[in-house]
Amino acid sequence: MSTLAVHDHHDGVEHHDHDHGHHHKETFISKYIFSMDHKMIAKQFLITGIIMAVIAMILSILFRIQLAYPDKAFPFLETILGRFAPGGRLDANFYLSLVTIHGTIMVFFVLTAGLSGTFSNLLIPFQLGARDMASPFMNMLSYWMFFTASVIMLASFFVQKGPAGGGWTIYPPLSALPKAMPGSAEGMTLWLISMVLFVASQLMGGINYVSTVLNMRTKGMDLWKMPLTIWAFFLTAILGILAFPVLVAGVVLLVFDRSFGTSFYLSEIVVQGQVMNYEGGSPILFQHLFWFLGHPEVYIVIMPAMGIASEVMSVNSRKPIFGYHAMVYSLIGITVLSFIVWGHHMFVTGMNPFLGGVFMITTLIIAVPSAVKTFNWLATLWRGNIRFTPGMLFAIGLVSFFISGGITGIFLGNAALDINLHDTYFVVAHFHLVMGSAAIFGMLAGVYHWFPKMFGRMMDEKLGYLHFWLTFIGAYLVFFPMHFMGLDGVPRRYYAFTEIESLKQWLSVNTFITWAAIMSALAQVAFLFNFFYSIFFGKKATQNPWNSTTLEWTTPVERIHGNWPGEIPTVYRWPYDYSKPGAEEDFIPQTTPYSQTMTSNLPHDFEDNPTGLTQYNEWLKTQKVQEEVK
Amino acid sequence: MMAQIQQEKDRLNLAPKKFNMWIFLFTSFMFFMALTSGFIVYVGGSKTHELTIKLPQIFMYSTGAIILSSLTMFLASREAKHLQFAKQRLFLWLTIFLGIAFFVLQVFAWKALIDMHQHLVNPNASISFVYVISGAHLLHILAGLLLIINTLVKSYKNTPQVLNLYNMEMSSIFWHFIDIIWIYLYVFLLLNQR
Ligand code: HEM
Ligand SMILES: [Cu+2]
Repeated sequence: MSTLAVHDHHDGVEHHDHDHGHHHKETFISKYIFSMDHKMIAKQFLITGIIMAVIAMILSILFRIQLAYPDKAFPFLETILGRFAPGGRLDANFYLSLVTIHGTIMVFFVLTAGLSGTFSNLLIPFQLGARDMASPFMNMLSYWMFFTASVIMLASFFVQKGPAGGGWTIYPPLSALPKAMPGSAEGMTLWLISMVLFVASQLMGGINYVSTVLNMRTKGMDLWKMPLTIWAFFLTAILGILAFPVLVAGVVLLVFDRSFGTSFYLSEIVVQGQVMNYEGGSPILFQHLFWFLGHPEVYIVIMPAMGIASEVMSVNSRKPIFGYHAMVYSLIGITVLSFIVWGHHMFVTGMNPFLGGVFMITTLIIAVPSAVKTFNWLATLWRGNIRFTPGMLFAIGLVSFFISGGITGIFLGNAALDINLHDTYFVVAHFHLVMGSAAIFGMLAGVYHWFPKMFGRMMDEKLGYLHFWLTFIGAYLVFFPMHFMGLDGVPRRYYAFTEIESLKQWLSVNTFITWAAIMSALAQVAFLFNFFYSIFFGKKATQNPWNSTTLEWTTPVERIHGNWPGEIPTVYRWPYDYSKPGAEEDFIPQTTPYSQTMTSNLPHDFEDNPTGLTQYNEWLKTQKVQEEVK
Repeated sequence: MMAQIQQEKDRLNLAPKKFNMWIFLFTSFMFFMALTSGFIVYVGGSKTHELTIKLPQIFMYSTGAIILSSLTMFLASREAKHLQFAKQRLFLWLTIFLGIAFFVLQVFAWKALIDMHQHLVNPNASISFVYVISGAHLLHILAGLLLIINTLVKSYKNTPQVLNLYNMEMSSIFWHFIDIIWIYLYVFLLLNQR
């Protein structure tokens, strides 16, 4: 046995060296394009995500122009959009396509893939002390599938009838009948292909994240020593793994209806005076399948942002996160509960009122863990030694948006109120604050905070502040007025309100919102410039610019293959030892053993370590003796 | 010594990959749960939505074939562990054969449905569900067969025993899983026959 092993080992070493030789001779393609390094893949996700976000933002400005000036012609629109804006007026069907693709890109491509893809890939190996992901190859595949999905989604702008137009929730019958409207034709087919690829990409990513968190933590890194970022990414990945296959099932049935003529979702229906050949299907079935994914999906979007905010706020308040365990348990609570609330999107589908009541109760219960998290963030800020870095400001911005958007969720969760508010601008306001703005702010907080880790340089702070304030104020100016529109019954996804007497008065508000949106969009130029300029010309970063305790800051600034030049460091303590009384500095890295921090240790630190506790007590005794001598 | 073995393990890094397979099974499980829940919601919608046909007898035989194939797969794993490579290959061949038989029988079952004038395109979508559910499962069978063929081909080449066992394990985890899933789907459909 022993000889066999020795022999094996020799082989192993030789192979290893050989492998290494290969890695160092990286070509441009293997380093920047088909890279299997988690750091490079994270950057690929980030930059693709940013590009998609800019595109989706431009789409939103286009349809905002229509809402603000429904009667005006803008010749430049015809110049850039051609047949989609004849005579400088946006085509009504194209308006629907814009709304649909804006939503799809923002929810899936930016806030799901861009956010999880970037930060799970970057931070899971870094903060857990792993050399890479469990399966780097799958990881690479995951990015390239995402990339292909993005290209196909954008390609739908170039088909004759334009992109999908049924809304990001692609309800049948619009999505199931290619002839129903222009946005149901080839554009919808491309949407479906793109999303299937997208789901495959997310599943591969998610499987990797879960497997890495469970199998590849460094010595000493037990689950309760993981930073909240990792907890959030881990639970997000589990949500995705359980929810996305359900969307695929729903889409498979949809494809059968679309292409083979089955009647899963379609019942007797007349399109353009022609009786279609469908009988007995149930469009509500699709809504069940969609929202069983859809609701967890909104938490897939917000949970990584929450994790990032927790980390950034703790570091920059120079305080341990308040209620670490409560934070983890509320993440777990959200994960579990998010699977039993989907019905709140369907209160008006003629659902049995009793069932509606059940969904109402589960929905209101999910507000509890959300509120626990909010209070813990506020308590973390309370009397902190706050450093207002741009990352910190964006994290605080997340908390603000999460509160203002979460409160309206409670309104909507009550079936009696929702029957009035459903499909109005009130819902638009709710989810753009709680999901859109909050998650984007979490993502931006992460970008500002971990930029030095990704690129070895710092972003400019002044531009960061400008970006923050314009975006923060802009987002409130855009979305807050929408609440009042919704309360007055202004429906969402309408092309123009000019024909409806009672809604005409909202035109001035729409104009105001559009200008606020244009301002916030311009503010992003500050970010884009800052981001790309700093990659090449930013101030050089030090190894641990924020005086952080977590493992990623123990790696060299140069970001080498395998992350740590020597052995992977061992972890001795939780990640939030900031401003610990008695310590020399206001942070103690996770890699510092308790034996080196005698003056700051507390009995509590040795809860599951009896030998440590005895040593600590002995040390205390010697201290007392010394004091008596003095 | 231990440290060296540890390093060796790190290099091969098989445990997390096996773990990946288990997680993949969860995604696949959720997919079929979604289809069957969809079925329940659909059938619950109206009396006319019930599965009013008798499922073709052939499904019985295909179920037999796939259960047998699980047995031969198990035997192949056992022989691989006992270093009986010739027998391992034999049982793998048998599994592949039974898998293909399952595939063919499922297609015959569809043909039997068509002969009963129960087409995929049907005003009663619960019958369309039978096609879609068994079809989605067949795609998994295809993937499973590819995995087994991969194991078999590699076992003819000079693959180290660690990797051989690993291939064996990956393909049998997946194969047993899709076997169990089929039994679940079949029993589910049987229980919903009216
Ligand atoms: C505080 C807990 C929350 C409650 C009680 C709640 C409740 C609701 C309800 C009842 C609706 C349906 C409104 C309608 O269509 O009539 C809704 C819509 C929505 N919520 Fe929430 N929500 C909460 C938090 C969140 C969070 C944290 C997110 C995302 C991060 C989110 C994202 C969304 C989205 C995207 C929609 C609209 C989907 C659409 O129709 O396009 N919500 N929410
Ligand atoms: Cu929801």
